[in-house]
Amino acid sequence: MSRISTEQVKHVANLARLAISEEETEKFTKQLDAIITFAEQLNELDTENVAPTYHVLDMKNVLREDMPKPGLPREEVLKNAPNVQDGQFKVPAILGE
Amino acid sequence: MSLFDHKVSDLHELIHKKELKVSDLVEESFKRIAQVEDKVQAFLTLDEEQARNTAKVMDDKLASDSAKGLLFGMPIGIKDNIVTKGLRTTCASKILENFDPIYDATVVQKLQQAETVTIGKLNMDEFAMGSSNENSGFKKTYNPWNLERVPGGSSGGSAAAVAAGEVLFSLGSDTGGSIRQPAAFCGVVGLKPTYGRVSRFGLVAFASSLDQIGPITRTVEDNAYLLQAISGVDPMDSTSANVEVPDFAAAMTGDVKGLKIAVPKEYLGEGVAESVRQSVLDALKVLEKHGAVWEEVSLPHSKYALATYYLLSSSEASANLARFDGVRYGYRTPDAENLLDMYKKTRAEGFGDEVKRRIMLGTFALSSGYYDAYYKKAQKVRTLIKQDFENVFANYDVIIGPTTPTPAFKIGENIEDPMTMYVNDILTIPVNLAGVPAISVPCGFDGGLPLGLQIIGKHFDEALLYRVAHAFEQATDYHKQKPQLEGVK
Repeated sequence: MSRISTEQVKHVANLARLAISEEETEKFTKQLDAIITFAEQLNELDTENVAPTYHVLDMKNVLREDMPKPGLPREEVLKNAPNVQDGQFKVPAILGE
Repeated sequence: MSLFDHKVSDLHELIHKKELKVSDLVEESFKRIAQVEDKVQAFLTLDEEQARNTAKVMDDKLASDSAKGLLFGMPIGIKDNIVTKGLRTTCASKILENFDPIYDATVVQKLQQAETVTIGKLNMDEFAMGSSNENSGFKKTYNPWNLERVPGGSSGGSAAAVAAGEVLFSLGSDTGGSIRQPAAFCGVVGLKPTYGRVSRFGLVAFASSLDQIGPITRTVEDNAYLLQAISGVDPMDSTSANVEVPDFAAAMTGDVKGLKIAVPKEYLGEGVAESVRQSVLDALKVLEKHGAVWEEVSLPHSKYALATYYLLSSSEASANLARFDGVRYGYRTPDAENLLDMYKKTRAEGFGDEVKRRIMLGTFALSSGYYDAYYKKAQKVRTLIKQDFENVFANYDVIIGPTTPTPAFKIGENIEDPMTMYVNDILTIPVNLAGVPAISVPCGFDGGLPLGLQIIGKHFDEALLYRVAHAFEQATDYHKQKPQLEGVK
């Protein structure tokens, strides 16, 4: 039985902000289905009373003095940007033409 | 004979006595690169001009003042997911093809303090996702021992460059085995430090709870020196650990008398090649001869590590790679109708297949309705895997097994099926999930291909790993063998 449908793959691709073709949808559906099917083996384990591990070291909040520091120079920060105007990042219109 | 057949300490001695110049070392790198790089293809970017200038400045400095650190003038290669100010850093991804970092990673700053010379940036699987370097967005790297084989991955360039003698040593990163597996495949020494031992600031994040930067070297001793230089707590990485950094080299006493070794039966079972199994048993005999004792143990949740790892690492990756959106840096699609269209096309055109697959898997595992069943479940199993290690380490000093189930596989052999590719990491992944340190050292050959012995330790016990690995290395001569690159003088 297939665990992942093409509709789900399209939904996930949209959430992940990835444009995918029909061909890719088919391919990813098959591959993700295989991986998820494999991952279902974790259900063999009873983890009812097991606490999740988010971090391997026994660390608490790491605090520091709230000291103001100069940020990176604007020119440097902008130099890798694909499009810049008036010292700011420029993006296409949100609603299109 | 190459200058890089010498250990760091010997080269340092020669520099100290003014019998060797930093320029000589740097030229050794570029000479070898000119000889073999068209075959090995380890580098994405070379920093020739800067390296030569740095060497010159160092030689001038040397003329006036002789007291220098151990790593002074040593040529190093850096994996291309570690940012280097003013030196292109791509993560082997088209999405970062022309990225020019505006700051240095903490490890790079530390290398500058240690006065190493950066030769260039090394190839890898895109965003460190892969085990063969076949997922690089730019080119494949070839195993110096056999050019039809993969060098391993994701730090394949880092391991191949050291094995081929193009640099003295290198830095890699390890999320599920990405330092140890290529080190094993290329016959060099690679260590994944304890999570938190080395700052991740400036390492382009793949899976933040698993990633660690670590050294790849010819010898165990050199590995200890390089780890020494890059270790320590960093205010820029709040997950770096505020623990003492011991003198790693001082731990290499050669003494393993009374050492208690655990050998997990899961690490020598099904799927592990006979040659690999035999090389580990032979290695145990060597250590036994030197006074260590070993017993078989069980890490019962090992078989669940692979699924746990792919769910967790992909989930973290899907969040970490959200930053590549065509706005602040990197590639942007030339034809976008609107902002959303720009995001989607930029990412579709900029990322390779494996990266997309993992972003999709991670997004799925974190999505509404599936979070508990997949992501949280995997976090809980991670606890069980971590406890397996704690249980064994209550009674043993180190865990020993193979680094990989087989020697290096052929290029193209596993690339079509992601699941077969993933199985390569089955022996290295549990270590990242538990956050413990592990080292791979050369322990034999199968058909001319190197094999790696994996030694796993308790949190922050890298010193003991070095002691054991060094004792083994001194008793064997696998590390003295070098690849005979065909057609190269």
